[in-house]
Amino acid sequence: MARFVIRRLAGMVVVLFIVSVATFAIFNVIPNSNPAQRMAGKNATPTLVKSIEEDWGFDESLPVQYFETMKKIFTGELISYSESANVDDKIVEGIPTTFSLCIGAAVIWLGLGILFGYLSALKPGGWLDRVLTVVSVAGISLPSFLLAAVFLYFLTFKVELFPASSYVPFTEDPIQWAYHLILPWFTLAILNIGFYSRVLRSNMLDVMKEDYVRTARAKGLSERRVMSRHVLRNSLIPIISLFGLDFAATIGGGAIIVESIFSLNGVGQYAAEAISNFDLPPIMAITMFGAFFVVLFSALVDIFYAYLDPRIRLGTSAQ
Amino acid sequence: MQPESHGPWYLAFRRLRRNRLALVSLAVFGLIVVFVLAAPLWADHVAHTGPNATHTTETITVDGEQRDVVSVEGKPIGPVWFGAGGKFFLGADGGLGRDEMVRLMYGGRTSLFIGLTSALITTLLATVLGLLAGYFGGRTDTVISRLLDVIWSFPVVLLGIALGVALAVGGLKIGPLELAGNSIWIPILIIAIVYTPYMARPIRGEVLALREKEFVEAAISQGAGALRVMFGELLPNLWSTVIVFFTLNIANNMLLEAALSFLGAGVQPPNSSWGKMVSTGVEVIYTSPLLAFAPGVLILLTVLSINIFGDGLRDALDPKSKVRLEARAGAPEPEGTAV
Repeated sequence: MARFVIRRLAGMVVVLFIVSVATFAIFNVIPNSNPAQRMAGKNATPTLVKSIEEDWGFDESLPVQYFETMKKIFTGELISYSESANVDDKIVEGIPTTFSLCIGAAVIWLGLGILFGYLSALKPGGWLDRVLTVVSVAGISLPSFLLAAVFLYFLTFKVELFPASSYVPFTEDPIQWAYHLILPWFTLAILNIGFYSRVLRSNMLDVMKEDYVRTARAKGLSERRVMSRHVLRNSLIPIISLFGLDFAATIGGGAIIVESIFSLNGVGQYAAEAISNFDLPPIMAITMFGAFFVVLFSALVDIFYAYLDPRIRLGTSAQ
Repeated sequence: MQPESHGPWYLAFRRLRRNRLALVSLAVFGLIVVFVLAAPLWADHVAHTGPNATHTTETITVDGEQRDVVSVEGKPIGPVWFGAGGKFFLGADGGLGRDEMVRLMYGGRTSLFIGLTSALITTLLATVLGLLAGYFGGRTDTVISRLLDVIWSFPVVLLGIALGVALAVGGLKIGPLELAGNSIWIPILIIAIVYTPYMARPIRGEVLALREKEFVEAAISQGAGALRVMFGELLPNLWSTVIVFFTLNIANNMLLEAALSFLGAGVQPPNSSWGKMVSTGVEVIYTSPLLAFAPGVLILLTVLSINIFGDGLRDALDPKSKVRLEARAGAPEPEGTAV
């Protein structure tokens, strides 16, 4: 196990480095204009552009520029020039909101996804399966901003069932916190509810063909016990690794639209504002942190997965 | 009596024909395509205006009654159907008084064009990369796979945003290829590249499995070169996978384009798309909800019809296929599990 962990972590460091170089390239190398001009924002004065050029070392070689950029992002020196605000501070401010949104949505999509998938797989081809399949495909095809618009218009405006959302900190009032977050949670969860129920359904249908399921039936276990103890449990293993990756991807970017449309003051809304102003420094930092978070998290998930499944840590892939 | 025999494509066609839901979806998609293709006809002969023409201070006669296109308070006129002879069929947008119906039709052209072209590019890139990596293996495979891993490490939306904003500000210049910041090809290229690993990896897996088959050995022993084996022997066995991936990819790409344009990192003015229209519509959702709902519902209908049809297509072409709708999101293809 220790060897696996070390190998996985070493791999992770390499990927982190490559990802940071790629992010640097996206913002400072690939676009076709003066990088200082881009960083400065829309209404930049020539003096500002000049000072950014010196500060970031844009006349130096690319490795020096890369080093300078990384230093700025990770020591909290990064400035949004058009807002004249410190980028890392703004990101840290938004983290509680973003995590509240993403964790709640993750609980909902995991719970409903597993429930729907399980019910679908009980009688494949039956009416419940067909209804749930249509619901899942619709969930996968539904743009989150459309669902958010429908929720906002019908549930906060036409029928004032929910507050027009803004964020209430959990520490201030847990009930209001949840009440204000219900609509955003469901909006963010809907895509993955459809996705997970379909993945689980097809996993379960595969597992049902296994010999040990036949054995379980043959020794006279009740159908419910076979389905829940044998089929469902074994079908959930791939879901764990999927869940880790999707959760990380949601925190690192998926929540942007939902936060901006429900005006939740998280990292995502900060990103959305920066995008509409073409304010590059915040987007650069958020991309870097988002990608780092995904890489770190997927390494952790792999380690957890290896802990659960010895075949992985011993390097004998399931064949 | 000779038993009837049919080729695999005919059999697939017959299976597809029996799937009523898939056929209905195809029809819906066809209607949407006709709808957006008819944009210039409607604009010239019915609405008599263009997608970017503003009518802020004009009045129109609706059923014999004079009405402002945009009221003094800045509220645009709602749907008047054929009350003004087809002008402002769905009313006007925001404070600029542009014809919403005309904008919907032209915006849909952009959305569909981006979805289709980027899916074509993704499919082409992914197929070639998958074939190269799977066939040559070794160092070629390592280089291609690591390259795809880098893209894979970024959350899809975040990578799209980063590239979208950086290139919208700066434009792109690679060798002879030069694109302005507001070119429609920037979102097309971004979306195509972002989704390439999600298609290239499973294709590579399938090539790895096919490569061990006897017919490949037979072709090589007959003296076939690498190109001949890849495109003459392996590719025909990948067609069903590629076609299904291509179809489902159109839907994903349209959703990503909508998300990016909604945030302002996709299509740039003067171009517009359904995603962009939703974002301007959301700002006035409580007074003119139609401006957000109409383009949003059109995206949903298009994506849904493609997804259902693609799913049916997969069932018809290769019922045992592992290519699923689910393959789109972060679904990792664990090493060595393909086929």
